Amino acid sequence: MSARLNWMLIGLAVLIAAAPMILNIPGEYGGADDRAKSAIEETGYQPWFDSIWEPPSGEIASMLFALQAALGAGVVGYVVGRLHGRRERQQ
Amino acid sequence: MHIMEGFLPAGHALAWSAVSAPLVVVGAMRLRKILRDRPEARLTLAAAGAFAFVLSALKLPSVTGSCSHPTGTGLGAMAVGPAATSVIGTIVLLFQALLLAHGGLTTLGANVFSMAIAGPWIAFGVWKLAGKLGAPMGLAIFLGATLGDLGTYVVTSFQLALAFPDAVSGFGGAFAKFATIFAITQIPLAIAEGLLTVVVMNALAGRQIKTEIRA
Repeated sequence: MSARLNWMLIGLAVLIAAAPMILNIPGEYGGADDRAKSAIEETGYQPWFDSIWEPPSGEIASMLFALQAALGAGVVGYVVGRLHGRRERQQ
Repeated sequence: MHIMEGFLPAGHALAWSAVSAPLVVVGAMRLRKILRDRPEARLTLAAAGAFAFVLSALKLPSVTGSCSHPTGTGLGAMAVGPAATSVIGTIVLLFQALLLAHGGLTTLGANVFSMAIAGPWIAFGVWKLAGKLGAPMGLAIFLGATLGDLGTYVVTSFQLALAFPDAVSGFGGAFAKFATIFAITQIPLAIAEGLLTVVVMNALAGRQIKTEIRA
């Protein structure tokens, strides 16, 4: 697999994520999980257990989500770099 | 695909936990064996877990006008096997349930089944099958990751339809309702996950993607 093909695949993935904005598709862009939650509430169901802890605000929640992604991306980068270095030494 | 805390009747929550728990235990045993037999797999394992962390944190817009997130568990299924991946997925879901109020402890069993068990096994099965049918490695990885992601959301729709059948149209109507919310939204995101999984598998494996991974 060539590096160029990799970049094309990444570009295509970005394009798919950006497509709703590029095409200007109307919508609320809320979470599908929350829509399912509302659909369940419409049946008259009452949840019987609450989250034991909730992020106090949207800002803090998005910080935690960003932290989750950053930690993951850091580890992926580290591993890819190490494997790359190992292969170069072997050659 | 996260079923929110308390949003499954107690019986369903318990049943899905009973189904998932032994499978995660088997996965943990498999994981220990992998680390004992091939200590060098530790790096791949770390990358697979980290990839699931990244992708499941990204809520992306979809052409249906709502947002959802990929699962990132297909990569693990193909790089370290679906059984070991169930442990990775469970850790991700636990993190989100405890720190992000996303998903929950009572619904953990059901969410583990869809994202950490069904998704990885679908990804693994499709990947192996596509390879046997002669698909090029990149295409097999793409199909595995895409259908594994989509499969997770179909399973979630199934779980919710089972718990909340429609008063008039029953299970079928409820399944159609939840699948519209989840699965249709997920189609473009699943394709994006498939593409990214190919890129990361390439980066992890260099020119030689290992095919001897077993379940």
